[in-house]
Amino acid sequence: MAEKKPARKLSIIASKGSLDMAYPPLILANAARMAGVEVDLFFTFWGLDIITKKKMDKLNVAVVGNPSMHPSFHIPTLVGVIPGMSAAASAMMRKEIDKLDFPPVGEFVQMIIDTGANIYGCKMSMDMMKLTEKDLVDGAKVLGAMEFIEMSEGAQTLFI
Amino acid sequence: MSVLDNVKFDADGYMEDPNAWSKEIAEAIAKREDVTLTDRSWVVINYARKEYEAKGEAPTLRNITKNTDVDTKELYSLFPGGPGKLAAKVAGLHKPTGCI
Repeated sequence: MAEKKPARKLSIIASKGSLDMAYPPLILANAARMAGVEVDLFFTFWGLDIITKKKMDKLNVAVVGNPSMHPSFHIPTLVGVIPGMSAAASAMMRKEIDKLDFPPVGEFVQMIIDTGANIYGCKMSMDMMKLTEKDLVDGAKVLGAMEFIEMSEGAQTLFI
Repeated sequence: MSVLDNVKFDADGYMEDPNAWSKEIAEAIAKREDVTLTDRSWVVINYARKEYEAKGEAPTLRNITKNTDVDTKELYSLFPGGPGKLAAKVAGLHKPTGCI
């Protein structure tokens, strides 16, 4: 058999907190763990919402100023400003995600923690948003950007 | 001589013909991949085989954790080094195409 290769590592920086942008880092992190790749996830700025207990299951998709919405979700900008449109589009998207058997964000984050991936909240963003480790999902740790860069040595890095 | 001598594998180490699989082959693949099989591993392997027979492809890990009593944490401890690849390899199935 082939010789043992050094363990592959993936570092993902998640910087967006909308429902549509929460899934790519989670799906990639999970896929990497499935393939035996080590994963560190760093949540910064709006990305923190993905691992904040009170927000993780209430993420929304923007309907105004979002030109790339799939036709089945498409809502014209002028209609999108009506109160409740974003919530309606988000509910529709959650339903579609569920049909593909992808878990809701909160459950997905827990699943990724269970796979052995490491979850970090960006210290500076947390200070700015007045969040502490207790506000984050259990198992997440607070980390500075410099430390994250240091631990990412030799890893493939994705910024999402 | 090994039970694997007459088994054909693809370039990534998955069996070419899942129907040629047997429990002895599973044990030998596991040994080659450095995985120790326990009764709990067999819960996963047997379920994966059952799903393959019903649907013609390897189940996703989410399918496995939803439909057996093996949860995500245990699945990763049973197949350290990536259950997505290893469970399918040991069960003699093709590389899983699911993303979850």
